[in-house]
Amino acid sequence: MSHWIVAPTLLPALTAAYLILFARNDIFHQRIVSIAATLMLVLLTFGLYQLAGDGESRAYLLGNWPAPFGIVQVLDRLSAMMLLLTACLAFIVVVYAIHGWDRRGRYFHALFQFQLLGINGAFLTGDFFNLFVFFEVMLIASYGLMLHGGGPRRLKAGFQYVTINLIGSTLFLFAVGIIYSVTGTLNMADLAVKAGQVAAGDIALLRTGALLLFMVFAIKAALVPLHWWLPTTYAAASAPVAALFAIMTKVGAYSVLRMYGLVFGTDAGPLALVAAPWVIPAAIVTLAIGAIGVLASRTLLDLVCFAVVASMGTLLIAVGLFDQVGVAAALYYLLHSTLAGAALFLLVDLIAVRRGRARDRLNAAPPFPRDSVYGGLFFLAAIAMVGLPPLSGFLGKLLILDATRETAHAGLIWTIVLGSSFIMLVGFARAGSVLFWKSAAQPPQEQEDEPKRRALPTMAAGALVAGMILLSVFAAPVSRAVTETAQQALDTRAYVEAVLGTIKTARATGL
Amino acid sequence: MSMEFLLASAIGTLTAAGVYMTLRARTFPVIIGLALLSYAVNLFLFAMGRLVVDKPPIIHPLATTYTDPLPQALVLTAIVISFGMTALIVVLALRSFLETGSDNVAMREMNEGANIESRGGEASR
Repeated sequence: MSHWIVAPTLLPALTAAYLILFARNDIFHQRIVSIAATLMLVLLTFGLYQLAGDGESRAYLLGNWPAPFGIVQVLDRLSAMMLLLTACLAFIVVVYAIHGWDRRGRYFHALFQFQLLGINGAFLTGDFFNLFVFFEVMLIASYGLMLHGGGPRRLKAGFQYVTINLIGSTLFLFAVGIIYSVTGTLNMADLAVKAGQVAAGDIALLRTGALLLFMVFAIKAALVPLHWWLPTTYAAASAPVAALFAIMTKVGAYSVLRMYGLVFGTDAGPLALVAAPWVIPAAIVTLAIGAIGVLASRTLLDLVCFAVVASMGTLLIAVGLFDQVGVAAALYYLLHSTLAGAALFLLVDLIAVRRGRARDRLNAAPPFPRDSVYGGLFFLAAIAMVGLPPLSGFLGKLLILDATRETAHAGLIWTIVLGSSFIMLVGFARAGSVLFWKSAAQPPQEQEDEPKRRALPTMAAGALVAGMILLSVFAAPVSRAVTETAQQALDTRAYVEAVLGTIKTARATGL
Repeated sequence: MSMEFLLASAIGTLTAAGVYMTLRARTFPVIIGLALLSYAVNLFLFAMGRLVVDKPPIIHPLATTYTDPLPQALVLTAIVISFGMTALIVVLALRSFLETGSDNVAMREMNEGANIESRGGEASR
């Protein structure tokens, strides 16, 4: 039993507590600690990724209570991959944030670490009440981060965001209650065993619980019709926070995969793949609405928000297949869309600041210094997001289209995926040409005192774009890795053995 | 029988009232609605361990049957979380009312394209 498994939740928790207790008034102290801790988290999760690479699921018993009774954390390829992605994204975001955003409120870094605690915990936990708790940790921190910087618009959007998530939490508790009353367990592995053996009279009740839980994850993943909170919230949040939130929708997608691919997987008897009939139709509508939103947006930030909604639709179409090829494609696309969304949020902020009074509105404004750099980065991020060759968005969509080729709705899925890519292409092309080409024709700005700008924030956005380029260059090894991950993520038996088998091992070793 | 009926109808009434209140357009009724929903879910979780009267939740030498202790632990966690959340959303609603002068939940009056405040992000060091 490797004790390192608990470290990705412990490290941010201790860092956040330290930041509040000892570095409250010293922003430089906060920055140093926060960057060092996030860098350590990157190294740590890389180590765990290596550890999980042998294909074995490892359960960590908290307090050494045997599995169905105590809380377990489970490290397998899927959770290790998500942890590594979160840590890398967080590091880039925190580097971006130290150039001004973190001064807008006193607790940015502490809240940021609490947010990482919640996200890492949600990826690691093997107990679905504990999943609720980590969701709450993640949400409480996200409320604080979303309001970071203040202002009437954030407060209004924040109220809506908090309300929808409180309703989501209530639904989560109802679902947990129903599932517990039928099966008498909260452990995911134990539930996977008991879901298959449930009495005939209780099937309807358990199905209700499972689908209520799916609604909660659909809110998190911004599936239509539960997606309306996302554009408002992300548009109102500050740029580094929106970039970090790019991983939060993926927590929803991850939970759908965990609960409905693994726990209510193909072995779950009458409840096998209970959410499958809902995922793909909802995802198709999500994709279509996201694409239309991209075309209809009047500001660059709204455009990016709807592009994120569309990318969640694409991702969940692949997740909804619940087979190895589909999930492998989904995981590749997940890596790509997290980087693409985060990169675009940071770029919008960089561009809007430089455009002065025109902000991020899609109209021509006087050109700003070195706009070719930002135009170039925006161009790269946009073609990745839309899914044009040669970047990772294209490869991801190709994998998804290939995975859906044999399914019943292949014609519909292909039409929507390709059609929405075209609509998004038009939307992004229009935005880019207005921002960079029509603006170039405008008379140059009167020489104001151009504030001295540093290169580091631009490099942070560039690093995310570089990540997508790497993802495209190393597509072959990455796609091999995600295929192995998908295989393990859908293997209920191995997961159950890893978690519940530890009772025997613990007794044998006399622990 | 009567206790089950009382509890079930209480949960149902609380949920219905909570849903109705959350659909209001002003912040205060929405907060009341969320609070009612959280009461409903607490009772619901408690009932999920089945209703047992006068039985201990922890091991006792004289006890023959037990009540399920786990839902009680879950309810405690849920109460703590919903208490904190209610406090947060009350403060949030109050700040939002003081800054915008309106307690309407909708964002209609917010002006278009003012997504990023004029002072900008990394410019203001």
